[in-house]
Amino acid sequence: MTMNNLRKTFQEIARYPSAIVGAVVILALVGVAIYTMITIPYQKAIELWRGGEDVWFMNPKNVPPAWFNLFTAKKQPVSFVINDQQGQMTRTVKTHSDGSQSITITYTFNYAYDYFPQDILLYFKATFKAKQPFASLVWITPDGRKINVTNFGVPNQFTYRVSQDSVLQGKLHGIDPQIALFADPKSPDPANPVPLKGTYQMVVSGVTWEANSDLSAEFVLHGQVAGLAGTDNYRRDLMVALLWGTPVALAFGLLAAGGTTLLTMVFSAIGAWYGGWVDGLIQRITEVNMVLPFLPILIMIGTLFSHSIWVILGATVALSIFTAQIKAYRAIFMQVKESTFVEAAKAYGASNWRIISLYLIPRMIPTLIPSLVLSVPSFVFLEASLAVLGLGDPTLPTWGKIIDDAFNQSALYNGWYYWILEPAVLLMITGLAFALLGFALDRIFNPRLREA
Amino acid sequence: MSGETKAQNEVIEKYSDENKVLLSVQDLHVWFELRRFGFGRAGYVRAVDGVSFDVGRGEAIAIVGESGCGKSSLMKTILGLYRPTSGKVVMDGQDLQSLDAKGMRWYHSHVGYVQQDPYGALAPFMAVKKILEEPLIVGGVKSKAEREQRIQKSMEEVKLFPVADFLPKYPHMLSGGQQQRVVIARAMIMGPYFLVADEPVSMLDASVRVEILKLLRGLQENYHLSVIYITHDLSTVSYFSERIFVMYAGELVEKARVERLLYNPCHPYTLALLNGTSVPDANNAKTFKEIPPGEPPSLVKPPEGCRFHPRCSKMIPGTCDVKVPPEFEPEPGHLVKCWLFQ
Amino acid sequence: MADEKLLRVKDLVLHFRTLHGAVQAVDGVNIELDYNRAVVILGESGCGKSSLAKAILRLLPRNVEKYSGEVTLGGQDVMKLDEEDFRLNVRWVGMSMVPQAAMNALNPVLRVGEQVSEPAMIHLGMKKEEATQAALKMFQHVGVPADFLSRYPFELSGGMRQRVAIAMALVTSPNLIILDEPTSALDVLTQANIFNVLKRIKKELGTSFILITHDIATSSELADDVAVMYAGQIVETGDAGRFFTAPLHPYSQKLMASVPRLRGTKELEFIVGQPPSLVNLPVGCRFAERCPQRFEKCTQDPPVIQNEDRTVKCWLYQ
Repeated sequence: MTMNNLRKTFQEIARYPSAIVGAVVILALVGVAIYTMITIPYQKAIELWRGGEDVWFMNPKNVPPAWFNLFTAKKQPVSFVINDQQGQMTRTVKTHSDGSQSITITYTFNYAYDYFPQDILLYFKATFKAKQPFASLVWITPDGRKINVTNFGVPNQFTYRVSQDSVLQGKLHGIDPQIALFADPKSPDPANPVPLKGTYQMVVSGVTWEANSDLSAEFVLHGQVAGLAGTDNYRRDLMVALLWGTPVALAFGLLAAGGTTLLTMVFSAIGAWYGGWVDGLIQRITEVNMVLPFLPILIMIGTLFSHSIWVILGATVALSIFTAQIKAYRAIFMQVKESTFVEAAKAYGASNWRIISLYLIPRMIPTLIPSLVLSVPSFVFLEASLAVLGLGDPTLPTWGKIIDDAFNQSALYNGWYYWILEPAVLLMITGLAFALLGFALDRIFNPRLREA
Repeated sequence: MSGETKAQNEVIEKYSDENKVLLSVQDLHVWFELRRFGFGRAGYVRAVDGVSFDVGRGEAIAIVGESGCGKSSLMKTILGLYRPTSGKVVMDGQDLQSLDAKGMRWYHSHVGYVQQDPYGALAPFMAVKKILEEPLIVGGVKSKAEREQRIQKSMEEVKLFPVADFLPKYPHMLSGGQQQRVVIARAMIMGPYFLVADEPVSMLDASVRVEILKLLRGLQENYHLSVIYITHDLSTVSYFSERIFVMYAGELVEKARVERLLYNPCHPYTLALLNGTSVPDANNAKTFKEIPPGEPPSLVKPPEGCRFHPRCSKMIPGTCDVKVPPEFEPEPGHLVKCWLFQ
Repeated sequence: MADEKLLRVKDLVLHFRTLHGAVQAVDGVNIELDYNRAVVILGESGCGKSSLAKAILRLLPRNVEKYSGEVTLGGQDVMKLDEEDFRLNVRWVGMSMVPQAAMNALNPVLRVGEQVSEPAMIHLGMKKEEATQAALKMFQHVGVPADFLSRYPFELSGGMRQRVAIAMALVTSPNLIILDEPTSALDVLTQANIFNVLKRIKKELGTSFILITHDIATSSELADDVAVMYAGQIVETGDAGRFFTAPLHPYSQKLMASVPRLRGTKELEFIVGQPPSLVNLPVGCRFAERCPQRFEKCTQDPPVIQNEDRTVKCWLYQ
């Protein structure tokens, strides 16, 4: 197949709008996969995905994506972080004669949402030798009220969560602090307060007692929505898994489809050409394999041997080679074997292997390509299914793993629909793209399927 | 061919070009076993059942017969695609069955095969250049430059000009006549001693046939090639071959020079074939042709005695249906297997 | 006015729409055929002769671009009939067809007797037994033994299958049968047999035939009249006797010179070049570029000229 042939094929594909759509989507997915692998290399992805509190502390738990706000009239608060970089933080240090320092950190932000946040956190880091620095927090509302939040000595690392502060809760008449701090005192219904919109400030007044003692903090607001894809129960940004699932899905699908198709073709060629006991053996293996239940065996392998995705891939390919496709290709090979040009090749002395590889197999390729493309979705879904069944590679963040986690956390029951829908939609789009392209290719390579 | 005649020929070989025998087929039998479920034999298809003939260098012979007479099997055995069940095929002094793999490669590169279906004979996914290169690679021509040279020469011989234009084309881009020229170029490319042409023009249009047959004739004369034409169309044989062999039910029932066969046909089957062949003559529409009744016999269980006897109007009861006729020679060089010529 | 001619085809046009453009397969064809006469349409591949058969019988594919003209069968213009009327009353009743490679077109899973009786049941409304009797009668005419009724196509030889196909075309006793390359894949003796069958049917049943073929030699076995087709047009017509001895059109002459004869001695000629593509037809006479006798006038499309009772489409005869 030369460049000329390929060009003609592309021209043919262009005649089918569905194929163009499919091809564009596949290219987009490949682009995303490449981008992901560059920006979030494998090691980093594993780290991120395994990360605990210190990696994902900035995210709330189980919140939908931030763009949900586009679809609602009333806006959910978006999570954000204020540290040195944002410019909404001011830090002043006043050194006293006895070596102590007064450090004032002010966090200023605008709150214009219609709902209350999940939580407000302050991550403190302190350096000292013996004496802990002291910090006291004051909350200033847009309408000028000052609320003394809390004060405490700060160890090396300390996380202060407003929602966990029962003392504060008591001070605020038993209402949850994250609500009370934002509640509009003039809410029409005191039992269901609405947040007061405007500029808020959190002032941290800290004192360090020693020289070289320091205090720093980060302000985090856990909103009700976060990020591009929402978060899961480990506060992980689902975007990471969605992005990383792309190359995994594509790679698994293409490798499995490619490997299976290639080996199916080779075995059917060998069987058809040599006939006799070789052919018989291959056919019997195929028949036995067709009877064996595919998914349960994979589950067995996954459970008893290894969850590694390469093992699963290998097992998938091995079990998929000896299927009905082999019989179909064998039939075509047997037919092509009798064709006149093969006879001519025998007459000028071509060897068996030459005929199989240079004459029979190229004759098969036009038939193979559509079925290869069309088989990719089923392998992509297979990988996801295995993950959902708990057999996925636990280290890799893949689409199936997201769904698996979601099920384990009763996502549907809890109303966290986005958690399941996002990977599911991606799986569907991938499958659909390959299917559209595959069917168009089928029509190109099998002229009889064309309409008029 | 007995041992001493062969030795004689080897001597003559050195000194004269005439009557040098290139191919000698000696009492060839090609039988195919019928497959049967379970055990036991179902019998044999006796496709070629005792065929002997010689082809001289530079000689063109035609093997004429209807479908089912075994001519395809004969041809494929000569090409080295089937193994003889018994008997010999000797080419240029070499017995086909004694050749090893290297010998077979030598054999294959010295026999060219021109097939019936020009489009089917060419791999549809290969360009003309690759199609022509394949026999060269298989035949062991290692130098790329030499291959290109031979391809160029071959294309020029079959008059596909301009050569450079045709080389990158694929078979479906060529007309039937052009495809057949490529097939011939491929058959010629290794410089064979002889060509086997299986109905080379039956799938081509009437006006193209003459072109291709003339091309083959020209190649034969220029290169002193021997040609074996297999055909069922008697009307072309007088133009393109010197001798004709008539094949029926696995045997050669008549062998003669073309003029002798056409003007003095002996075997009743040959007579039937000649009567059945039409010439463009409006009177044909008013007359019915006389055709032997029945059909060619099964090659599994051919009739006893002369295989044509059930359909022969001149059958001699007691002889033709019992004894197999040997070869008689009613005139020099004209051999018939028929009891009428005892 | 009673029409003595069985078939009159006037200005028949059939163009197909394809990716590469319009294929002008049949481009203004005129044919006349008497009762109990056979006309042979001689032409090479690519001249549109198979399309002509389909055009007459209205067996059209979906990509028809233009289909017009008059087809008068037994005095009735059948082009004016609607599809259903034509299907029930004309096709396979007034005229039927034995398509190319008919022996391969037999349904492999039906017995041969059923296939032959089917047209009788559909078009003549016969019941099964009656139709089977009709099939048997046809078997007799074509020379197929009666016990073959219950056999399957794969049990028959090529020649037998072709006879069955002819029986299938005959069973409704049409006046006209169109045969498209009926013997191209058959051996010499089988060919001769088939033509014997056709001659017998012509004699005993009075059927007319249109024989479409490129094989000039065998066409003479059946032809009363000859029409030569080139690039979608009929370039010569005439009776067989005079055609085979002295053809008029340069193309016909070259064709005749290229026919190998059994005991021929003259050097055979061939025609250089190829027929024009039916998509890209040249202006003027379509044979001009390959014609040894062309002159200036040939840049215009020649008219059909009457030469005694023959016609020629060539400027040489003006």
